[in-house]
Parts: sequence; structure tokens; C-alpha cells
Amino acid sequence: MRKLGEYLAAFSIRRALRITNIRILSQAFFFFIFLFSVWATWTSRVGGYPVSRLLEMDPLVMIATMLSTGHVYRYLGWGLLVLALTLLFGRVFCNWICPYGTLHQFVGWLFNIGTGKKRIEDNQYRPIYHLKYVILIIFLLMAAMGALQIGLLDPICLMYRTFATVVAPATDLGIDKASEAAHGVGVDTLWLDNLKFGPGVERRVFVGSFWIAVMLFGLVAMNVVIPRFFCRVLCPLGALLGVFSRFALFRINRDVHKCTDCNLCLTRCEGASDPQALLRQSECFSCMNCIDDCPEDALSFTMLRQDTKQVKLAPDLSRRKLVFASVAGVLAYPFLKNHGVNTDEHFSPKLIRPPGSVEEDQFLAKCIKCDQCINACPTNVLQPATYEEAGIEGLWTPVMNFRIGHCQLKCTLCSEVCPTGAIRKITAEEKLGKGAYAEQGPIRLGTAFYDLGRCLPHAMEIPCVVCEEVCPVSPKAIQTKDVEVKDVFGKVVVLNKPFIVPDLCIGCGICEKECPVRDERAVYVTAVGESRSDERKLLLKHREVVG
Amino acid sequence: MAKQKDIQHPEYQTAPMTRRRFVGRLLTAGGIGGAVTYLATAPEGWPLSMKDKSGLRSQPVLKPFTLQDYRVAKPSGAADIGIGRYGEPVEKLRRALDAIGGLTHYIQPGDIVLVKPNVAFDRAPNLGATSNPELVEELVRMLLVDCRAQEVRVADNPIESPADCFAKSRIREATEQAGGRVYLPDSNAFKMLHTPGADLIRNWWFFHRPFTNVDKVIGLAPVKDHNLCSASIGLKNWYGLLGGTRNQFHQDIHGIVSDLAIMIRPTLTILDGTRVLMKNGPTGGDPSNVKAGDAVLASLDPVGADAWAFEHLLERGRDYPEYLAKAEAKGAGKVDWSGRIKEITG
Repeated sequence: MRKLGEYLAAFSIRRALRITNIRILSQAFFFFIFLFSVWATWTSRVGGYPVSRLLEMDPLVMIATMLSTGHVYRYLGWGLLVLALTLLFGRVFCNWICPYGTLHQFVGWLFNIGTGKKRIEDNQYRPIYHLKYVILIIFLLMAAMGALQIGLLDPICLMYRTFATVVAPATDLGIDKASEAAHGVGVDTLWLDNLKFGPGVERRVFVGSFWIAVMLFGLVAMNVVIPRFFCRVLCPLGALLGVFSRFALFRINRDVHKCTDCNLCLTRCEGASDPQALLRQSECFSCMNCIDDCPEDALSFTMLRQDTKQVKLAPDLSRRKLVFASVAGVLAYPFLKNHGVNTDEHFSPKLIRPPGSVEEDQFLAKCIKCDQCINACPTNVLQPATYEEAGIEGLWTPVMNFRIGHCQLKCTLCSEVCPTGAIRKITAEEKLGKGAYAEQGPIRLGTAFYDLGRCLPHAMEIPCVVCEEVCPVSPKAIQTKDVEVKDVFGKVVVLNKPFIVPDLCIGCGICEKECPVRDERAVYVTAVGESRSDERKLLLKHREVVG
Repeated sequence: MAKQKDIQHPEYQTAPMTRRRFVGRLLTAGGIGGAVTYLATAPEGWPLSMKDKSGLRSQPVLKPFTLQDYRVAKPSGAADIGIGRYGEPVEKLRRALDAIGGLTHYIQPGDIVLVKPNVAFDRAPNLGATSNPELVEELVRMLLVDCRAQEVRVADNPIESPADCFAKSRIREATEQAGGRVYLPDSNAFKMLHTPGADLIRNWWFFHRPFTNVDKVIGLAPVKDHNLCSASIGLKNWYGLLGGTRNQFHQDIHGIVSDLAIMIRPTLTILDGTRVLMKNGPTGGDPSNVKAGDAVLASLDPVGADAWAFEHLLERGRDYPEYLAKAEAKGAGKVDWSGRIKEITG
């Protein structure tokens, strides 16, 4: 009690409301918004909420897709908001909004318990911090030529991708185990479903997500070696904002007459921006910790009282490095494009894109690998592509894996949450080719084929036809030829031998999903015949059903 | 003493091992070592033995559970199969239930009731692939209000995304409107069920979670065409409680449907003959596949009800699907419905 009394006596509203505390509130708020967005990206919750807004207000997404496509899709103009903030206050996004930055800062706060001296050392600027500008230049040059790779390292894309494919399923697994244990002792645990990212399904898996987890773990662990390693060294969004921050109206300013050169401002400097000397404006996250830590009140965040001699506005990037980065960027493009795993001449039959996807070249110029579509998918059919399906360029872009799920007939969720239009927003009407879209017909994802040597009625005189049963189009794209045969044991069986009517098949994959030949399915969908591409078509024309 | 000066730090005093500590350490090491040795090498029957000579002992043993019989004897004078006709679907439902003695006879106040509609596909109600949500809503309401049931649960394990199927078929909305709870299958939902007398599912994964503490079970099935087994009606509806790799059962569809008939002995089977899926089943997909029906059945005998519906709702005569005869042979009910029917037409 006495301790509480002491605490209350020392409490001061001014101190409680100091700017660094308000900053922490802001970070908590945006982190919660991020978590909520991932949680709400589920079929029973999403109902029109802007669950991809954090991606849409990412100016790197806006600028890079502008370069790669020449257009600004749907809500990407929101990126201007963050740019405007940067023009006012510098890189506030990095330390007030960015959930990935918050994660790194939080982990650093937990584990970097060093002496003041060690921390002052850790927060000194290092030349390696210019690397993010090199990365930015390479990514932007590639984007300008049509290969969009920013999603690999853009913090918001990275964060969404990691939470969708790694953190969400891990959380759900934990909740299920807890629920099972509680259920075992007779507690009604149905309400726990509300906490799950994907309630009402047995389990969600994401192919290759282990490596996404390794990336998360590695980047987070690097905070112990260099605090805010990702933000200071790698982040291309931070670099972009760093470039823009030179125009910021407000910045940290050091009053040289008051400063005693004690370097205490470096104890908690998040950006390693040298507030104790010439401020590196492009590195400063506007975290305000230095103002808090300065015993002499020499530091302030100000517009008018700036000492223009005490700042370096431009990033630490020599002309030589600029040239190097440009050459690397220009070369990366042909290296990536000539790799030849995903071209119209040679593409994987498993490269099946979600409905509404634009033609593959355009898709690669638009997809930022945020995996929001994969997060939204209710059947788990959407998976982050591995090298096998989409090559290096398409790594972690969405592909459909019909062994895991199928594309539900009237579902268009992936197209609704896609921030960049790689999956263009479509309606169920357009997807099914009804109404105004009757002329162009349904969106076809691929075409189903039979492996007759593995199909039970075809090869083994055993009745089956689950594929025909589940085929969702009317009339069915899988039909049967019914024959009565005497099987090898002399018993008369009726075999409904299935076959594909490719004109009706939309490539939804439910036949492959439900085929009981569980390893190599006897019916399977491949990409050929997808309606988004003229190059990957199969039929000259689709025969009409008469009557 | 001559060597005294070779000793470094002569002022340093060592702390030699005491007898007590030596014995203590010996006992600890011996105890742990002995215990581990016992666990690892004691013959299999001995208490706490971990030995597994054949490699079979370490295989997981699933303890299957069995389902209770949910049937309730009918009141004297009531028919086995009640048919309600004319008017709104809910009126048909009420008449059908009246014909078998009224719902309140079968459900006691305080019962926990499970309703199993068919929510197999992500389809709108008018396509006839799923149970009519109006009937679900009315049934749940009757159970809660008229019969004063403690809780009504609505559950199914659909083929497509459960959340979507329950939403698109409007069955979630209907259930919650009336005060019931929807149970979706999650990773904890399935347990191994033992069904004595079954051919294919003697032990099989079963959607167990909503069955916890349940007193009464009511099936509410649509009447649908089915390419492989000709018709998917009340018996086939129970397929939606199976988990595991259930798609292999199409290799013996009549065997599995007749197994389902003895897997669960429901209190009542209600057949929704308000929209009959006449072709392109069991998925449907086009309103033209659906015929407006004019009957709702409530039955104590799921086999007889299916037979009647096959003949009168799907209009396929008396060439019944093979599974009905098989179900009768397994003791699930009687195919021949004549003389066991009461129709109330308003």
C-alpha cells in the first residue's frame, strides 16, 4: 500500500502524458488495428471492412505499383496520407504506426538489457545502414521494368504474410489445444472459437510457411545483434520515407549551447540517427526518446527553431553506391525474367491463380506477396507459391492447391481483399458468367483431367464417382458413362465411368480435392484453359448446351 | 616441507568432499539411474514399465465411444410417419409433427436437442441442395418454446467451407434467430465412434463435439437426386456427421448409407419436401433443377420415410435404392410404409 501511495505522490499528469507515452499508445493502437485486420479477414467477419487498409496506405506499395503498372489501383491513394505525414514530421510512420517496427522495438526492449554505455554504442550510426537505400533502388528499378519484388521486404507485406501463414495457424492450434483440455474437464469452450483467426475449420496449413517463420524469427532475433536491425538496415519502406523526410517541416533539433555532449540521447535512439551530433534526418524515426533522455533540455522536436547547420538531410549514399545500386537493379530484372520457370512457353501446370487474377505478366507486376488473399480464403486452397510453381519471381504469390482445398463457387473474398488488383475485384456474377457477363462466360481457373490408370471405375472396376457428385456447375462438367460389367471376381457391378466436359469445367478443383486416390489424384486440375490468358487457353470455343 | 614453496596460494583452503555429500550424490545418481533402468527394462506387465518389445505397445489406442439410442416410443394411436401438406412450409411441419403425436411428446423440458440439417454445400436455399432454413428456424423455436428444451444445437460437417455453407444456406441465421447454437467442425470436433453391426464404419471418425450431453437428436433432411445412389434423403443426411477420409465410401454407397441407418437412432427424422432437387444432385446449382414440393414428413422410421419420399417426392416409383433394403436388413426400419402413414392436409 505504501508503495502505491508513493507512486501516486510521484504521479504527474504532465509526465504521464509526455510525448513518448503517447507514442507508445499510438503504436499499441496500430498494432491492435493490424491484429484486428488479420483476425477480421475471415469469411464470417470480413463483410466490407477495410481489412487491407494498412497495406493500401503503404506508400511503397503505391509508388512501386505505379512504376510497374502505370496506374494506382482502388484504395492505393491512401499511401499519400503516410507521405503527407512524412512531409510534416519525418519518418513518424516507422515509430508511431508501423506494426513491424513496433514488434522489433518491443523485442529489443525485452531482450536488449545492456548498460547505458553498451546501448549508447549500439545506437551509434553504422555505415551498413545505407544498405536499405540500395535495396530500395534495386526494387524500384525492377518495378519500373515490370518485376515487382518489394513484397519480399516491405514491412507491411512481410507482416501480413507472416501473420496469415505462420502466426494465425499457430495461434489457432494453441487455442484448439486449450479448448480440448478445457472441454475434457467439462467446460463449454465454444466461445473460444471467436478468438481464432480461422474458426470453424479443422485446420489450416500453408505450404512452405516454415521458411516464412524462419524469416520472421531470424529478423526478430537480429535485434539482439543490432537493435532495430530490420528497420535500420533492410527496410525499403523506411528508406523511401527517409528520402522524403528531408522535406519534413518538423525535426529533432539540438541546441548546441545547452548540449554538454554527454551522449545520453543515444541510450534509446531507435533510428541511430546521431542526435548528439549532426542529426541524420533520413534515419530519424521521430521516436522522441532522445528528448526524454536529454538531461539538459537541449533537444526538441521543432519547426521554427531549427539550427540548419546541425543536420544532414540526405541519406548516406555516395554517388558510387548509387551507381552500383542502379546497375544491380537493372541487371536483376533480366536475371529474374529470363529464369524461364514462369513464362508462356514454360509454366508449371500447378500455377493456378485465384479467380479474378489478371494475366500472368500483369499479375507479377501487381502482386506484393502480402498473402491477404491466402488469409481470406475459407477453404485453405490458396497457398503461398513455392519455387516449384512460380519460380523465384513468384515466390509466395498465391496459387491454388486443390489437394488442400477447392475454390468455392460463389466466393470472391480473395478479390475483395487484394490491395493491388493482382486479383481484380470481381462479383459472384462475373465469376460465374451470369447476367451481364453471360457473353464472356464464367472465369475458368484451369481444366480438370483424368488419370485413367488410377481412377477406380476406369481402371479397377470399383464404383466411385465422388468427383461427379461434387461437381458444382449445372449441368455438371463431370458426366458418367454407365456400364454394367462382371468384375474379376464374377460379381456384376455398375460402373459410372466419369469423363470431363471441358466446355463446362471451370477448374474449381473440388473433384481433385475429394478424389479418394489420396496421393496422386486420379482427377486433377491444371492451369491450361484458364480464362485470364489467351496464351494458356485450351479450347477454340466452348460448345453450348442445347435446351 | 621442502616442497612448500612450490605450492601456489598457500593461504587457500580447499573444501574436501564430505562423506555425507558423497553418499548423497551416490544415492541420487543411483536412484535416477535405477528408476530409468527399471522403466526401460522392466517386463511389459510390470507397473510403470515402458518396455515395448514388439513395437505394438507404443501404437496409439483409440478408445471408441458408442452413441446412445435417441428413440422415444410413440404415443398410442399415432402413426409412424406423419405427412403435413398445404400452406406455408412451417404449417406443413407442424401438421407433420401433429400426425405423429406432437413434438412435445418426444422432447422433455430441459432436454439438450441436436438438430442435424443438410448444409453440405455453399448454396443458396432456393437451389434445393440444403435444408430449408424456414423449417430449421421453426423447429428450433418449437423445441425451445413449445418443448422448453434447455439448449438446441445445429451441426453439420459440410463438404465446403463450414462457415460459408452455414451462411449461404441461411441456416446459421435461422438457427440464431430462433435461439439455437451452431456447431462447426474444428480440430477437436471428431472422435472415434464404434457402431456395432456396421460393415464399413465399425470404428470411424465422428463429429462428436455437438453430441456432448445430448438427449435427443432430430434429422432435418432435404430430398435430393443423387447420381450414384439415386437419392439422398433422410438416411444419407447422417453422412454429414462423418469425419476422416469419408470420400472412399462411394465405393460402396449402399453399404455406407445402410450403415448410417444403424449408426444413429434419431428421435425423429424430418424430411423437407418443400423444395425437391430433381436432377443434377446432390449439388444442384440451377433453380431449374428444383421442383416445388408440397409435403413435410416427420417420422419415427427413417427407412419408411425415405421410401415414401423416393416414391412420392422424387417421383421415382417403387424401384427403391438398394440401401433401403439393406438398412431394413440391418434392423433400421421397414421399407414398406403402407398403413403406417397419417396425412394431415389442413
